[in-house]
Amino acid sequence: MSETLKVIVDRPDATVAVLRTDGYINNTGGEEIAKEAYALLGSGVNRLLLDLEKTKIVNSIGISILIEILEKLLDQGGKLAFCRLTPTIEKTFQIMGLAQYARIFAAPEPALAWLRGESE
Amino acid sequence: MTSVERREVHLTIPVAPEMEIAATAQVAALGEWMEMSRDKIDEVKMAVVEACINAFEHSATPDRKVELSFRVEAEEGGRGAYLEVDVADSGHGFDPTRLKTPEIAAALRSSRKRGWGIKIIESLMDDVRIESSEHGTRIVMRKYR
Repeated sequence: MSETLKVIVDRPDATVAVLRTDGYINNTGGEEIAKEAYALLGSGVNRLLLDLEKTKIVNSIGISILIEILEKLLDQGGKLAFCRLTPTIEKTFQIMGLAQYARIFAAPEPALAWLRGESE
Repeated sequence: MTSVERREVHLTIPVAPEMEIAATAQVAALGEWMEMSRDKIDEVKMAVVEACINAFEHSATPDRKVELSFRVEAEEGGRGAYLEVDVADSGHGFDPTRLKTPEIAAALRSSRKRGWGIKIIESLMDDVRIESSEHGTRIVMRKYR
């Protein structure tokens, strides 16, 4: 059995990046996301959208790595948004309080508008 | 399905990466059989994943195994049909009363970002019971249909 996470990075413009995940966000999946996120941060991109449309399950170890990414983004004046979460993943993020520091959107477009500062 | 026929499944998984996903397959099968909603099935799956990785990470179970039981039953005159899952290890146990409730604000300021498992389980399930001693830990989690 393998639930290896795939991450596809998209740069719609110079200010934001979209990380599209496909698979299980556990410790190794979280580390894959972190590797891409930190490379983007290193190149000056501090507004990230995590599109979880193809992720149906996460665990708390994977989410703790997402909290590390959030911490680094906030330290650099950045923003983190999530979109296309399953109801259970969204509920879990609410339980953990992640939604107090990162925004959750149903679709990518409003998330990107928020990251670009085009909407509240 | 208005009533429910009792069903029980047992599963033993090794302490190994991603074996918790094998356990979620039983949740899906029994949840669909008892006509539980997709969202509720996913919540039970998430809770089972958390209980398994807690056992994998913290129990130091000497036999390197985690035992799961999945039961579909109904409360007569009560809240109706439910899916109950036991996740048991034979590790060193812990004191559930000494668990600290994690907070996101504190996690963002500290190097410790883990420790969310029990909070997630208790939030996603309807009833949770933790029995732990020096002989092992059993988490019993129930979700009503």
